[in-house]
Amino acid sequence: MKKIIFLVAAAVALPLVLQFTNNLFYVSLASRILIYALAATSLNLVLGYGGMISFGHAAFVGTGAYVASILFVEGVTSAWIAWPAALAAAALAALLIGAVSLRTRGVYFIMITLAFAQMMFYLVNSMKVYGGDEGLTLPRRPDLGVDLGNEVAFYYVVLLILLLSLFLLARLAGSRFGRVIVAIRENEQRAEALGFPVYRYRLACFVIAGAAGGLAGALLAAHGRYVNPNVLHWTQSGTLMIMVILGGVGRLWGGVLGAVALLGLEHLIADYPLGWLAALAPNYQQHAGLAVGLVLLAVVLLAPQGIAGLFSRNTRARA
Amino acid sequence: MSWVLIAEQSLNGLQFGLMLFLLAAGLTLVFGIMDMINLAHGSLYMLGAFIAASLVQATGSFVLGVVLAVPATALLGMALEVVLLRTLYQRDHLSQVLATFALILILNEAVRLVWGSDAPLPMPVSLSGPIELLPGLFYPAYRLLIIGVGLAVAIFLYVLILRTKIGMLVRAGASNREMALAMGVNIRLLFTLVFGVGAALCALAGALLAPLLAVQVGMGENILILAFVVIVIGGIGSIRGALVGALLVGVVDTIGRAFLPIAFGAFLPPQVASAAGPAIASVAIYLLMAVVLFVKPQGLFPAR
Amino acid sequence: MKKALILAAALGAAVPAVAADKVKIGFVSTLSGPSAALGVDIRDAFQLAIKLNGGKLGGLPAEVQIADDQFKPDVGRQAAEKFVKLDKVNFLTGFVFSNIMLASVPVAFENRVIYVSPNAAPSPLAGKQCNPYFFVASWPNDAYHEAAGQHATDKGYKSVYLMAPNYQAGKDSLAGFKRFYKGAIANEVYTQLGQLDYSAELAQVRAAKPDAMYIFLPGGMGINFIKQFVAAGLSRDIQLITPGFSSDQDIIRPVGEAMLGTFDAAHWALDLDNPANKKFVAAFEKEYGRLPTVYASQGYDAALLIDSAVREVKGRIEDVDAVRKALRAAKFQSVRGSFKFNRNQYPIQNYYLRVVAKDAQGRLVNKTMGTIFKDRGDAYVQDCPMK
Repeated sequence: MKKIIFLVAAAVALPLVLQFTNNLFYVSLASRILIYALAATSLNLVLGYGGMISFGHAAFVGTGAYVASILFVEGVTSAWIAWPAALAAAALAALLIGAVSLRTRGVYFIMITLAFAQMMFYLVNSMKVYGGDEGLTLPRRPDLGVDLGNEVAFYYVVLLILLLSLFLLARLAGSRFGRVIVAIRENEQRAEALGFPVYRYRLACFVIAGAAGGLAGALLAAHGRYVNPNVLHWTQSGTLMIMVILGGVGRLWGGVLGAVALLGLEHLIADYPLGWLAALAPNYQQHAGLAVGLVLLAVVLLAPQGIAGLFSRNTRARA
Repeated sequence: MSWVLIAEQSLNGLQFGLMLFLLAAGLTLVFGIMDMINLAHGSLYMLGAFIAASLVQATGSFVLGVVLAVPATALLGMALEVVLLRTLYQRDHLSQVLATFALILILNEAVRLVWGSDAPLPMPVSLSGPIELLPGLFYPAYRLLIIGVGLAVAIFLYVLILRTKIGMLVRAGASNREMALAMGVNIRLLFTLVFGVGAALCALAGALLAPLLAVQVGMGENILILAFVVIVIGGIGSIRGALVGALLVGVVDTIGRAFLPIAFGAFLPPQVASAAGPAIASVAIYLLMAVVLFVKPQGLFPAR
Repeated sequence: MKKALILAAALGAAVPAVAADKVKIGFVSTLSGPSAALGVDIRDAFQLAIKLNGGKLGGLPAEVQIADDQFKPDVGRQAAEKFVKLDKVNFLTGFVFSNIMLASVPVAFENRVIYVSPNAAPSPLAGKQCNPYFFVASWPNDAYHEAAGQHATDKGYKSVYLMAPNYQAGKDSLAGFKRFYKGAIANEVYTQLGQLDYSAELAQVRAAKPDAMYIFLPGGMGINFIKQFVAAGLSRDIQLITPGFSSDQDIIRPVGEAMLGTFDAAHWALDLDNPANKKFVAAFEKEYGRLPTVYASQGYDAALLIDSAVREVKGRIEDVDAVRKALRAAKFQSVRGSFKFNRNQYPIQNYYLRVVAKDAQGRLVNKTMGTIFKDRGDAYVQDCPMK
């Protein structure tokens, strides 16, 4: 509990610290990390808690991003309408895709979720009316009462949404629903034998996760004021998965820690060149994929509970 | 719609399907027997192509280059299995997915460091033109070679799996691993061998396809998805499923790309047809997979 | 005392700094992944131009910071934002791809930082959304397609088969071709993005028997297609035409001799006979051990353009309006020959027909065959409100 208070306090204080040290630029980067933290957390729900390996999560993030952006260019500039709409649209997409996909298991499930994401990707790519592959640029951020154009204000809005989502996730995980979901993940047959309607529980979990992912997508579109079909590509699902495993599968803060770790690592490699490393291997910064791959492999083999696992005394993922 | 076009498209479907079979066979065996999702399968295909490119350049002979690349890649694959992938058999699917995904990233960068972003592997001159199979029906000689090799491999695998002792062990392992272990089968060696065969098939596919396709870093990912679609449709662990699935995918994809736009154009306004046709054609394979899974959630010929 | 300090600080902030002591450039491009060769070429040529200039642009020392967009729009945008807001660069440049650039340049425009494009030049920014801070050192996105279409008309082809991937850039490319090609279209086919095998499409091409075929298939798709096109024996009866960037060194290398005889349209070629180009090609080959592509030529020209502008304003680059004016004058010797800006800040230049052939040393290169367009602008300038 103390750790949580410390983390939250640090997050709240961050923009003030940055302002004081004249590094206000980094607030924008921090917002981006928090939005990915939300997306990764939403995947963690379905992947970590639910045990469903969905390679199609990018479809929901992308749906949210596109719905929010399309509403904006069609004149609906209020975030109060656009963001819930994005959430609802993503939930609907998750319901439809989940209904079909959850009839399958294991690798079949992985492939069919991937297939759906790819279908959306190709579809959106061919739609000229909403930019096609050149994407949609928004002239400004949506209206929310506070001026979202102010980076610090936007950061606090995102932080608030993230903290709210984490709180809801904690409540969900601790509730009966959460415990049933974990039970299904641990032993599906036993759960079924106990009389739980496995399919419906899984579908509900899938839809909730999809909705949260859609909200993250809407925030992403608002942050960059840009959306393009890349956000739907299956490799984006892969990136979110990497974050979840890095942070801690099935642990409350897994998504957050993973996003901070991965994006932080990429930022460090790109923006802080190490002279001695550059002398050894010129242009090493363009091979950042190697570092990410090695780190990921190390985590899977040596620290499968992720960063959160290193700080926790629990050996089994619980709420 | 001439018969020449139909015949040529049929051959195309067959050839594309057999290409996919070479990849899917190894993948479904590894999955079926070791119960391991290996995303790095596509990377072995890429390695096979790059190694073949280097060997062809070094030896000056296409045949020699391809023939040597196969065991070279197989050895690399087996080394990978012994050193790294073995530890993943006990782990859950998620760990396997992530570890092999990490392997893709690492191998991509490793190849880029060694070879650069791409490597040239030109078509052997003797096969670089079309052959007249029947009066008026021209077909690229090289693609006929692929069809030939693909069929030969299919027959070889059929004989191997269904008619030899090793094949029997493989089938036993695929249908019930615990029982096979209990019966005293040397599982470790079997697994390594199976992985080696899978890698060899990948290398063969990579080397053979290299003159037709771009040999570049990341070439494994595109074809990996297709291979997974094939084994999902065909059923995990079944060579027969891989063959049927591959041919099905090959034919559906070819027909989709060739005839859907025309079909749409027949009864839809041209504006809609020209947008809908290619869009549907590009996802035809995924739709096929979704339909198959809806009807048979374990694929067409599941091994278990 | 405190009041005086605050006043001094305020004054310090209000008065513009004395003439800058260096030119800061933010360079963001695709330097990793399958398309890395393009960004690397632009970067290498850009840096070469500065090196040949003694490390200076327009007399001031040049400080170039480089970032990789990893082919992702949000990474590109992040990098651009850092360069503009944190490092306070004077010029932003480098993007290869239009979609990544479109995500990233708004932050430059909003902060009055000029973007000089060494490649991407989409049509919206040429027309209705033209922007005073956007300068194109390459060519309008449609230009090569229009030139190819004009060439097909000039050559009198009776039917041409068209192919491109099914996405926006693909459709725009074929629209550009059709704008100038007045003959019959045998068929217009859209293929899947990232498609590997074109046997089905090639069978239909064979059945249609066109005189020529025009394709827009960037990157790996083009490599795959050309290899298969030649393997199918179609190159014997059908003339293959591509946009210049699809037949350049980065495609020639993996495809090899199968490319011989392919026609393409571009604004530049290795053998263009002017002193600036001869110097560039020789220096590039000496420095990097490979032949430059059209992307490299654009990167080099972007540096020369910035150099000319900084020299024009005599180093006072903090006066952004003066720099803009100097850029528009474009007083530099481009490797492509004559160069001047249209009122939308896109170039007016010649476009040439090239063919892939062997040079004196037996290497595969593009040779200039003739001029297709002289002093052509673009089709969108009339929608641009800029004067």
